[in-house]
Amino acid sequence: MARKLPAKDVVIIGLGWTGSIMAYELADAGLDVVAIERGPWRNTATDYPPGYAADELRYRVRHELFLRPEQTTFTFRNKMSQAALPIRSWGAFMPPNGVGGGGVHWNAETWRFLPSDFVLRTHLTERYGAGFLPDGITIQDWGVTYDEIEPHYDRFEYLCGTSGQAGNVKGKIIEGGNPFEGPRSRHYPNPPQDQPFGATLFGKAARELGYKPFPQPSGNMSRAYQNPLGVRLGPCTYCGFCEWFGCGNYSKATPQTTILPALLRKSNFSARDNSEVTRINVDASGKRATGVTFVDTDGNEWEQPADLVILSAFTIFNVQLLLLSQIGKPYDPASNTGVIGRNFTHQTISDVTSFFDPAKFVFNPFIASGSIGMCIDEFNGDNFDHGPHGFVGGGYMGQVQTNGRPIETAPVPPGTPRWGAQWKKAVKENYQSALKPGTGVHGSMYSYRDVYIDLDPTYKDRFGRPLARITMDFHDNEIKQNAFLTDKFAEIFQAMGARQVVKEYRKGPYDITKYQTTHLCGGAIMGSDPNTSALNRYLQSWDVPNLFVTGASAFPQNAGYNPTATVAALAYWAADAIRSRYLKNPGHLIDA
Amino acid sequence: MDEARAIEAIVDRIIPPDPETPGGKDAGCAVFIDRQLKGPYGSAAGLYNLGPFTKGTKEQGPQSPLTPAQLYRKGLAGLDKYCKASQGGKAFAQLSADQQDDVLKKIEAGDVKFDEADARGFFDTLLKDVPEGFFSDPIHGGNKNMVGWSMIGFPGIRYDYRDWVRRHNERYPYPPVSIAGRADWTPHKS
Amino acid sequence: MRSGPTIAVALIVLGASVGSSGSADLQDFASIERGRYLAHVADCGSCHTIPGSDHPFSGGRPIETPFGTLLSPNITPDRDTGIGAWTADEFDAAVRHGRRRDGARLYPAMPFPYYTRMSREDVAAIRAYLNTVKAVPNEVRVNRLPFPLNIRMAMTVWDRLYFTPGEFLEDPSKSREWNRGAYLVQGPGHCGACHTPKTFLGGDEQSDALRGYALQGWVAPDITSGPGALGNWSVDDIAEYLKTGHNRNAAAAGLMGEVVDLSTSRMTDEDVKAIAVYLKGVSGTVPGSGAAGDKNVLAAGAAIYQDLCSSCHQGDGKGVPNMFPNLSETATVSAKDPATVLRVILQGAQSVSTDREPTGPAMPAFGWQLDDAQIAAVASYVRDHFGKNAPSVSEGQVQKMRSALAERTD
Repeated sequence: MARKLPAKDVVIIGLGWTGSIMAYELADAGLDVVAIERGPWRNTATDYPPGYAADELRYRVRHELFLRPEQTTFTFRNKMSQAALPIRSWGAFMPPNGVGGGGVHWNAETWRFLPSDFVLRTHLTERYGAGFLPDGITIQDWGVTYDEIEPHYDRFEYLCGTSGQAGNVKGKIIEGGNPFEGPRSRHYPNPPQDQPFGATLFGKAARELGYKPFPQPSGNMSRAYQNPLGVRLGPCTYCGFCEWFGCGNYSKATPQTTILPALLRKSNFSARDNSEVTRINVDASGKRATGVTFVDTDGNEWEQPADLVILSAFTIFNVQLLLLSQIGKPYDPASNTGVIGRNFTHQTISDVTSFFDPAKFVFNPFIASGSIGMCIDEFNGDNFDHGPHGFVGGGYMGQVQTNGRPIETAPVPPGTPRWGAQWKKAVKENYQSALKPGTGVHGSMYSYRDVYIDLDPTYKDRFGRPLARITMDFHDNEIKQNAFLTDKFAEIFQAMGARQVVKEYRKGPYDITKYQTTHLCGGAIMGSDPNTSALNRYLQSWDVPNLFVTGASAFPQNAGYNPTATVAALAYWAADAIRSRYLKNPGHLIDA
Repeated sequence: MDEARAIEAIVDRIIPPDPETPGGKDAGCAVFIDRQLKGPYGSAAGLYNLGPFTKGTKEQGPQSPLTPAQLYRKGLAGLDKYCKASQGGKAFAQLSADQQDDVLKKIEAGDVKFDEADARGFFDTLLKDVPEGFFSDPIHGGNKNMVGWSMIGFPGIRYDYRDWVRRHNERYPYPPVSIAGRADWTPHKS
Repeated sequence: MRSGPTIAVALIVLGASVGSSGSADLQDFASIERGRYLAHVADCGSCHTIPGSDHPFSGGRPIETPFGTLLSPNITPDRDTGIGAWTADEFDAAVRHGRRRDGARLYPAMPFPYYTRMSREDVAAIRAYLNTVKAVPNEVRVNRLPFPLNIRMAMTVWDRLYFTPGEFLEDPSKSREWNRGAYLVQGPGHCGACHTPKTFLGGDEQSDALRGYALQGWVAPDITSGPGALGNWSVDDIAEYLKTGHNRNAAAAGLMGEVVDLSTSRMTDEDVKAIAVYLKGVSGTVPGSGAAGDKNVLAAGAAIYQDLCSSCHQGDGKGVPNMFPNLSETATVSAKDPATVLRVILQGAQSVSTDREPTGPAMPAFGWQLDDAQIAAVASYVRDHFGKNAPSVSEGQVQKMRSALAERTD
């Protein structure tokens, strides 16, 4: 029997990036806020100091900072005709856990989406005609425009001290930046990071091929920085232990290094860690959330009543909690009805590994930050004419090699045996002279009718609740997109003087064992039509107006960029709507 | 004992010694694997271990109820049985290096079946674990004296490369450092 | 009582059962607010409140002295176990003359030799404020000193040697700001209680005022200027450090972190500047340098520094302003006593978070990663290279510090 706690104004489920943003904004508005986080508290000096943060086995191979599948996981199948099986050990993506969430161990690649990304269906239909779109595609307009979100992108970039080179300031194209980006109101708060040899060579070759390369916008500081909340970050030291790892010297933008020190000083904010929310409670009408139920590590159940519920638990957990709490109509792909679980997407990633003459090239691949690299955006979104190519979508590409950690990075030319003396020799010869960008081609994944989340009929979590079930496979559109992009990408490495360029196209079926970023999106999407979206354009639930759901679960489809900046910008946008309109007049912000 | 010998022999074939760099055995890969198997990795701690266990497609990932420790136990037993049956009664460790390579190649090709474990799956696990032992921080038992890192020029846990980001095409010269430090951390005696 | 609006004080006043004794008219808000401010300046709470307690000023906090441990008394208005029944004169005698209500002498853990410089009005205002806090029944047996130190009569001798009663006298040749700073430092701020070296009897070495002292497992360093440790610090540097806990050179952690948190960060900008102006006028001596360190030890220290320390403190030791201390300008690095350097390397240190500087970066612990010889090497290197030739540290010193820290509870 759950014991009831004193009521709060706001309860926030999950204290990651958007949980921290919402907590700060709402505490700043004077509300009494409690955040409930499933995982442990995390702090730089006690959890990932430089003395042992750089342990590839512990953090990259054994996943120490991530959610344990034992605590909860998902089931997976490619097709509806299959039985889904549990993801017993992570592979394709790495769900976060703990205070700071994925923000602790992300790469800090800080991208804005294109203006056309937000009005995708309208834009593509206008340009190419509805018939050009692949069968079964369910892309939608978001209900917000880039211009509406722009001030909130700016806000996040200045919160983080994003290090970059602007390409378009108020419509003026700036040399050295991304000429395709949407207009920004001002420059980045910090100059771009330094680029190592491989990235610099890539930029040079790309320029010679007629592209406009630019440094990847980075949430790793190019210099010491103090953000508008008064919180400070130190300069990034290019240690090469960024994604999957905590940053030991306060130089990666994370909730811990940008928001929490200021948030924790607010007496009207409190948090509970190691407490898992199992349910969002709604009243008898089903139209009002009354708070949440959570379980602590002793197994005790508690009820936290609140007037306003913010669900910020990460994409799939958001969707699962909505389904388990019976909020919103579950999506049924067969009838194409319902909203919770639809439009689930990931990312279409491929790699190109290049081998150079060791006598002439020394790359020091271990010198890197998480968001290093020269990139080109000519093939992202609708930045090029898709007419001749027969697919839609695209992505940025770049010599984005964030590390040279040896367990992961021991490239050998094709045909090398997988073990033995020749393998050992090839590893030794090529380590310093090969380039392996990892997520070098970072393509979009659009949404389809048969790619979705629902609840598994067989497998349960440790509380006996059904696991979320992922049904996902690649569609021809993304495979074609990736082949095209990968070929273009490889040309640049050829032009750099590689003696061998090895392409690894992304091929179906979608494989749950191969890491492809943790950019899981959709499942509780925003939109203008409650028949095809779970949230209105302010991330407010159409069904339960005192519930807002932040995170990439709101994306109707994924674009060709890392999602975090857009996730954060939407959180600021929603917080702004709550502060300026909802609190004065709680209720539906949009008439359905 | 036999298991230990077998593992030592295996790691020395997967990463053989050469005049410049020790092989898997002297690099401590067998020690590494032993410690990993005795720890949470070996017992599949933290993974989702609830049933039912059903074999799925390759894309659905590993579904075996066997923990890595169990897989090694059964895999080594299977290897031993196979060798004794096909190599004149000898255990794997007693074969010559070439013979050992032949056996491993056959397993890799899928030409050998074990009774109680998936032979090829066991070999794939070895191909993952042995290099981990060669390249992980020495505090985990392998990469002894940082030989793996020295072989490729990886500087270990060093954390500050600001002075080197812009030194393009210039090999980083400093020796590797482990979480346990390096020899130069301790004052030399005059 | 952190930051509550003035109205909350009034509500407490109306609701609390306070003694009818004492000076203040309970509705004299001006006095009460001034008293609250002065209680922060004098940092009463750091001794009289157990950290994190919901019962401020109710005593019971162990105060570690070189002679043993005392527990702080209950100074809430409780009549039986606190000071509710004390008269105004009795309160004043305690704070400014070191005399308890029953006539016994207070130990100088209560810094009455400094509070004696305060004016009667200021102390009365503090009393007015204390009258408004919640009365907490808490019987504290203060005296935990070993025999014969627990005989308070011995304080008669001590007082004769080290207690010079009397209010602060302004120096008319100096500015108002300087005089305010002098008052704050010599009086309620009682900085010398930690920062001035002591004789073997625990009295201040007046001739070495503010030149540093080791206590409770830390070094309260030299805070003098001229050739002293803060010679390169500006007035603004010192003021910023006191107000925010951080400046371009250093970060307050440990005991000083607590002082910033409970006391100096709550002072006005004018007052911290006045303290800074005064301190800049206190000239010290050049910190003693040791013999040249063993070059093998220093070489090992340099290697450790490059591998573990430089990613925060930078290769040149200059750190990052307001984040990672500049080792050349941090007084504890060059202090003769290496206690803070060793403690911070062994255990790490959490710097203070304040409203203006909320970040609160922490130095991680290295005691698990480095052995005694290695810590001695890197400490010696840092002190030699950045700390103006401060003396090297031996392996034995590290071992002693490690054992001492293992026994500490803080």
